[in-house]
Amino acid sequence: MARIELRDVAKRYGSVEVLRDINLEIQDGEFIVLVGPSGCGKSTLLRMVAGLEPISSGDFLIDDERMNDVRPRDRDIAMVFQSYALYPHMDVARNMGFSMEIRKDPLAERKSKVAQAAETLGLANLTDRLPKALSGGQRQRVAMGRAIIRDPQAFLFDEPLSNLDAALRVEMRLEIARLHQKLSATMIYVTHDQVEALTLADRIVVLNGGDIQQVGSPLELYERPANKFVAQFIGSPAMNVVPVVGTEFGVTAGNGTEIKLPDQPLAAQAKELGVRPEHIDVVNNGTGDLSAVADVVEHLGSDTNIYVNVEGIGSIMVRKHGNIPVKPGERLGLRIQTENAHLFATDGTALRRVA
Amino acid sequence: MSAVKKTNPALIVGKYAALAFYLIFALFPLYWLLKIGLTPDALIYSEGTRLFPSEITFSNFTTVIFQTDFVAYFRNSLMVSLGAAFFTTLFAAGAGYAFSRFVFAGKRIIIALMLVTQMFPLLMIIAPIYKVVADLGLLNSLTSLVVVYTAFNIPFATFLMQSFFDGIPKDLEDAAMMDGCSRFQALRKVVFPLTLPGLGATLGFVFTAAWSELLFALMLISRNDAMTFPVGLLTFVSKFSVDWGQMMAAGVLALIPSCLFFIFIQRYLVQGLTSGAVKG
Repeated sequence: MARIELRDVAKRYGSVEVLRDINLEIQDGEFIVLVGPSGCGKSTLLRMVAGLEPISSGDFLIDDERMNDVRPRDRDIAMVFQSYALYPHMDVARNMGFSMEIRKDPLAERKSKVAQAAETLGLANLTDRLPKALSGGQRQRVAMGRAIIRDPQAFLFDEPLSNLDAALRVEMRLEIARLHQKLSATMIYVTHDQVEALTLADRIVVLNGGDIQQVGSPLELYERPANKFVAQFIGSPAMNVVPVVGTEFGVTAGNGTEIKLPDQPLAAQAKELGVRPEHIDVVNNGTGDLSAVADVVEHLGSDTNIYVNVEGIGSIMVRKHGNIPVKPGERLGLRIQTENAHLFATDGTALRRVA
Repeated sequence: MSAVKKTNPALIVGKYAALAFYLIFALFPLYWLLKIGLTPDALIYSEGTRLFPSEITFSNFTTVIFQTDFVAYFRNSLMVSLGAAFFTTLFAAGAGYAFSRFVFAGKRIIIALMLVTQMFPLLMIIAPIYKVVADLGLLNSLTSLVVVYTAFNIPFATFLMQSFFDGIPKDLEDAAMMDGCSRFQALRKVVFPLTLPGLGATLGFVFTAAWSELLFALMLISRNDAMTFPVGLLTFVSKFSVDWGQMMAAGVLALIPSCLFFIFIQRYLVQGLTSGAVKG
């Protein structure tokens, strides 16, 4: 398998810079997820690794060998496309074995490998069908089979699940996770879905506007986001962020409420306070840090989402485990779990608390 | 669940009546061509507009084939049409692929120029074309017709091919290249088989256009042995009379290659070859 390294990689289209200062080291067998909003350059980065898009500057290395100008076919990397990109005039077996056909591998070997992959992916009785006679999930499996068969140095996935319905997406996500455990191959996976990112990744790379915002394990990103963008992008539902005025002991919210943050030495520089919905407790009216009025209440069974209005601050979302008997219009008190609160400076960078 | 609407029999009858009317309307001229071709000369005027002639003869056909230069015209037309169709499709496929896939300097200008060439009536440029061909010493040669037809058909054929290439997802080529193909291999093994309907349509379009072209053929060819079929048809018109029977018989014979050609390419014209390639 392979260790992949990107050093100061950039991508420019004319004078437009779509990716800059990309530095990333991917360990052998690691599952890396590139995540970010659409247009952040994540697919372009993946296509640069694949060799389908030229690298404007910087170095791209596989196992310490510079591969910038190596053609896609010589990089020994397999890719699963968002659109599946199955060859419509070839049946499933030929689609899967196409790379071996190009390499002129012996027919017998090709047949046995295709049969084996089809078996693993549950496609054994579909091998003589054309792609148009397959369902979305089956096409997705064929696309994966085509990648697996090559036994490549690394796998690239470009939003492979975004065309599937919700139930199938969960199922295929699980299969990709299993595949990674089984092959222990280096994998780079692009998605805009943070749930996919959090569930699959060893490490997540958060991209925005052509820059890497943060690289870290799912828990690192959740617990110690480097800036406001990562804080709001990772975690569902998104983090509440409200403007505050930093003081020596904590922060003062828009309605004058003081919130003490004893373990935050940099609170004085804070311009915004971020608290995840699950880190706010609902307490009796009149107690806690803030007084709020419930606006919309969503009962999900396992959780309750409460959208509340706080005078002088605005709408805040609170998520509590289990079924919380709150009715719209009811007045409540909110207590912020200050040990889980995040502070952001003017430029959006997180002010680290003492560890 | 018996919500399936019962089809009104009157509607079915109406539908088939409309189809039948259209078919008769469209095919009647062809029938008339065949009918006059089969009518003995003596009956053409005397029986006038009778739907079926009282007597049938194949003499017009045998005369056309064995006693006129029709076979030569026919061969000339075949060579010109096949040549024009082949070269046009070859160039148009290359240009269409480039327009569809690559970004290059001057692309918009070239496309604009190609559109401009389509705006002029052919009559306007007949004289300059004649001059150019004459200066090249190509008058009375089939080569001149192949060149002229190819040149005139390339713009439209290119746009046609470009739209076919546009319909083939770029991901397919990327996937093929990831699978180990060079760009050319990807073109040959993945794109080409999917472009067959486009190639078929372009070939058919240019072939029929060249097959029935009269203006340039009339202009550039005056020698009998180099005449194409549409020009040759005019030889049935003499100073004092028109030999309708033979002319129609020649017309019927001339339909044969067009029909054969379309029967041959129609299986490539079937749409939906790319369905199933991407999501769906």
